[in-house]
Amino acid sequence: MIGALALLVAPILEASSESKPVTGDAIVVGSIGDASRLLPILATDSASGDIVGLLFNGLLKYNERLEIVGDLAEAWSVSEDGLTLTFTLRPNVRWHDGAPVNAADVRFTYEKLVDPSVRTPFSSGYELIESVDVLDARTVRIRYREPFAPALESWMMGLIPKHLLEGQDVNTTPLLRKPVGHGPYRFVRWKTGELIELHANPDYFEHRPSIDRYVYRIIPDTATLFLELLTRGVDLTSLTPLQYARQAQNPRIERAYQKFRYPSFGFTYLGYNLQDARFKDVRVRRAISHAIDTQAILNGVLYGLGSRATGPYPKESWAYDPSVTPEPFDPKMATVLLAQAGWEDRDGDGWLDRNGQPFRFTILTNQGNEVRRQVAELVQQHLKAVGIDVRIKVIEWSTFVHEFIDKRRFEAVLLGWNLSRDPDLYDLFHSSKTKEGEYNFVGYANPEVDRLLEEGRRQFDRQQRRRIYQQVHRRLAEDQPYTFLFVSDALPIVSSRFRNVVATPIGIGHNFIDWYVPREEQRYRALLQP
Amino acid sequence: MALYLLRRLIGMVPVLFLITLISFGIMHLAPGKPTDAAMAFNPKASLEARQRMEALYGLDQPLAVQYQQWLRRLVRWDFGRSFLDDRPVGEKIAERLPITLTINLASLALILLIAIPLGVVAAVRPGGLFDRLTTVLVFIGYSMPSFWLALLCLVWFGVALRWLPISGLHSLDYESFGLIRRALDTAWHLMLPISIAAFTGLAGLSRYMRSSMVEVLRQDYIRTARAKGLSERRVLFHHGLRNGLLPIITLLGLSLPDVIGGAVIAETIFSIPGMGRLLYEAVMARDYPVVMALVTIGALLTLIGNLLADLAYAYADPRIRTGAEPR
Amino acid sequence: MGLVIVAIAAPWLVPHDPLRITLSDALLPPSATYPLGTDQLGRDVLSRLLYGTRISLVIGIIAVGIAVIVGTSVGAIAGFYGGWIDAVLMRLVDTLLSIPTIFLLLAVIAMDPSERLLQLAPHLPLLGHLLTLVDPQIVILMMVIGLMSWMGVARLVRAEILSLKEREFVLAARVLGASSMRLITTHLVPNAMGPVLVSATLGVGGAILTESVLSYLGLGVQPPTPSWGNMLNEGRIALGVAWWLTIPPGLCIFVTVLAFNLLGEGIRDRISRRE
Repeated sequence: MIGALALLVAPILEASSESKPVTGDAIVVGSIGDASRLLPILATDSASGDIVGLLFNGLLKYNERLEIVGDLAEAWSVSEDGLTLTFTLRPNVRWHDGAPVNAADVRFTYEKLVDPSVRTPFSSGYELIESVDVLDARTVRIRYREPFAPALESWMMGLIPKHLLEGQDVNTTPLLRKPVGHGPYRFVRWKTGELIELHANPDYFEHRPSIDRYVYRIIPDTATLFLELLTRGVDLTSLTPLQYARQAQNPRIERAYQKFRYPSFGFTYLGYNLQDARFKDVRVRRAISHAIDTQAILNGVLYGLGSRATGPYPKESWAYDPSVTPEPFDPKMATVLLAQAGWEDRDGDGWLDRNGQPFRFTILTNQGNEVRRQVAELVQQHLKAVGIDVRIKVIEWSTFVHEFIDKRRFEAVLLGWNLSRDPDLYDLFHSSKTKEGEYNFVGYANPEVDRLLEEGRRQFDRQQRRRIYQQVHRRLAEDQPYTFLFVSDALPIVSSRFRNVVATPIGIGHNFIDWYVPREEQRYRALLQP
Repeated sequence: MALYLLRRLIGMVPVLFLITLISFGIMHLAPGKPTDAAMAFNPKASLEARQRMEALYGLDQPLAVQYQQWLRRLVRWDFGRSFLDDRPVGEKIAERLPITLTINLASLALILLIAIPLGVVAAVRPGGLFDRLTTVLVFIGYSMPSFWLALLCLVWFGVALRWLPISGLHSLDYESFGLIRRALDTAWHLMLPISIAAFTGLAGLSRYMRSSMVEVLRQDYIRTARAKGLSERRVLFHHGLRNGLLPIITLLGLSLPDVIGGAVIAETIFSIPGMGRLLYEAVMARDYPVVMALVTIGALLTLIGNLLADLAYAYADPRIRTGAEPR
Repeated sequence: MGLVIVAIAAPWLVPHDPLRITLSDALLPPSATYPLGTDQLGRDVLSRLLYGTRISLVIGIIAVGIAVIVGTSVGAIAGFYGGWIDAVLMRLVDTLLSIPTIFLLLAVIAMDPSERLLQLAPHLPLLGHLLTLVDPQIVILMMVIGLMSWMGVARLVRAEILSLKEREFVLAARVLGASSMRLITTHLVPNAMGPVLVSATLGVGGAILTESVLSYLGLGVQPPTPSWGNMLNEGRIALGVAWWLTIPPGLCIFVTVLAFNLLGEGIRDRISRRE
């Protein structure tokens, strides 16, 4: 999960004494991966997403308190019946080539999102739309077939320029590599595999960003990335828990950088194949949850840089139910539950058995994630202590997805979900989403949860939704289709010469355009030509 | 001669075809689809969306058809578009080829510069101190895992001494440099990768050089030359070296495909956008068009390299050159 | 010069359990209890290194073994029979040699053949036996690396056989009525083994390097089983912080490969002196 963190930019102008807009300097961001397509509807990888977030805006966005506020939309409303969304765009927002951003662009973006020939994976958020009507240059009305609360989040998608893309094949347009946006930064150049450079947009509708240049450097090796940090070749990147905890002792880094820490939006879990006879029994699942010392894992592998997950929602989510407590580490309770389910060590070999079969299963996880692998090894050790024999298999990603997940050929998996802020979990836990290739691959089916998930989608009122999803949280905690392990912290590190950098639930990038470097500390001169 | 050449060239075609067929098969045997990176486990991408994507890439058609389509494009010199970012494969290769070529050719030049004299001098006194010393030295380079060496050098030269940059090809302000400064900047960045590549690759060529020279120096004509009273230097370089270089040329021909190949790990560590990473990332992402293109080009170069090597050998060996019947 | 290997082989003197995780002891620098320090999970580096020795050697030797067996067979047949058999076999060898090795490696490993291997095991008793001793993943590695290198051996053997075919002792044996099979196995092959031995020794070094590269990429030996390559991979993220995770495994690889290479060279010198 290493990558730059410039998220959607917020128009919050803090009236703090420090934010005198001193412009200049450049920020060098270190990223493991290169971008692939710089167009919002096609930006599937995180690197593309990072860059696109600075070049394009959506109609709405989240502010630092996780509330939905207008971004390109000056005003917006939801009809009584929840079927119509109406947006009014700000006046005077321009594309980087000077043309005005208007409602026609909204409609065009929608058309391309649902166009079957466009290779976008994001279409499902827009399939319930019945029509998008341009009422005038700045107003657009979107009608849905059913009330669909996650729609608001879907309109945080960056708008694409109709006047440049109309009539072109969006899949192969040169705009993918030379984008024209309307956001706080404009595109300058992209040297494949090396770097992407952006310059501040002086006409940005909020105000011109203080940092002149944004350089996104691609450094694919974590070791090298760290070395670059040591030599100050990189100003912003993410740290692994190990790096955060350990190089805290390195004075060189302490002086030159500021570290931040905030919970990421997602969780790591041990998922069970609920078709497996052993895991069908909720006592077994709870027993395993009790047998795993998650706090020890947090301390040992994450160096304490995370928190226990009690269900599918992190604490920052407004759908989180604080009354749900995490499964306590209690190996004795685990043994009791397992015995109730018929598992005891009858043959004295150290492993639990039932009907002559020892309790043995394999945890699958994906290659390339060090932390996850270490977690798996610890889980293996903890379960050994209660007599369960766990094998670990690390599989390359594509193979993993196709051969094991999609075909349900697994016993347990150790994985994580990165969630969007909207608490809709329909795709993960609704009983209809168990087809091959869908995400309820554990096979969870609870009619009450189904009902709740359906209802939660149709409700716009946040209070109502909160009640619904908190119930979902409680049910899932009771049923334990996953053992919810932990939520890890995001650990960005920024060169100390940047001011105004603040960690909030949404991250540190929300006020990126207000970051600045005092003149005497600026390192990189501005480029003379654009 | 020309006939031989023609025959060889024609013979390459079926081999090439076979290679592409085998590679295509292997590629598709590996489970997974190129759309996985974007689609799999993306909660915003529904199953229908994924299937649609696969159809758009032609992945839902039977393998034989896919292969045919690829072949048809190939004869038109069209390598298709990468699945990762929809760019023409040719463009992606053209982007990375120069830097890989630069590094490979530069390190090759460095190797030759060092290996040839080393081999010659060592051959003069086989078993002597110089010979043994250089053997060990050269083998040290050969036996070291290059990525380990790279990491160590980075920490030493980059962090501890701050003499060399850690990664990347150019400094940030490269665009504003004049031509000379640009060249220097690039050289500075490439110093470590090229040196390490040369150091680890030295053994092959220098051992060959040495043994070839030893062989040559044992020949009668050398003794004759010496008997004739020619200076040692003339003997060595004029007579000895000329013949000793032959196997080297053969070797060079055989390493033609390596010139466009890149070492994945070195490129990753130094953040060099080269051909090695291209192939690696393409295989991992199941980017079939890119993989097939690279395999085909690699195979073609191997075959051509073999041909050149054989030709060079034939040319050098007068017995064959006269077009006499092969014995 | 190259008999250092003996010292490396079969160390049963591991001071700690290389797989035991002791989080409280994580990332300790070398000390009395942990002569080479500990890794992120508190495992003793020295123990893991020693265990890794076995893995690396086993992989290297068996991989080369496979290469030699397959390569010698193919090369002998091609060289001995000549004609169209030779042509076909050599075409095959050339074809396989032209495919970039990384691609083959990656593709095969990505295929995750360990499942299929386990399915095959009941049918091939030797394989099944091997699988009980050793992880399927490691078996795959050995097979893959071995099958990548047999081509060179085949070429060597063929060249040797071609030249040996015309020698007197062969003609003599033929006159005495020896069958083709006998000829090949008792006369030709053993005499062709010289260069093969050299190539094999050098090959072990190469195999160990290949294994370390694969493990570094995360495609080779899987943790928690320690191999030098994957120890380097794991040590990567602690690069500036814990030198004992990076230097010792690399050093081991280096020294071992060096030993094999020098051994190979020594053998080569012996042989060429004999001629």
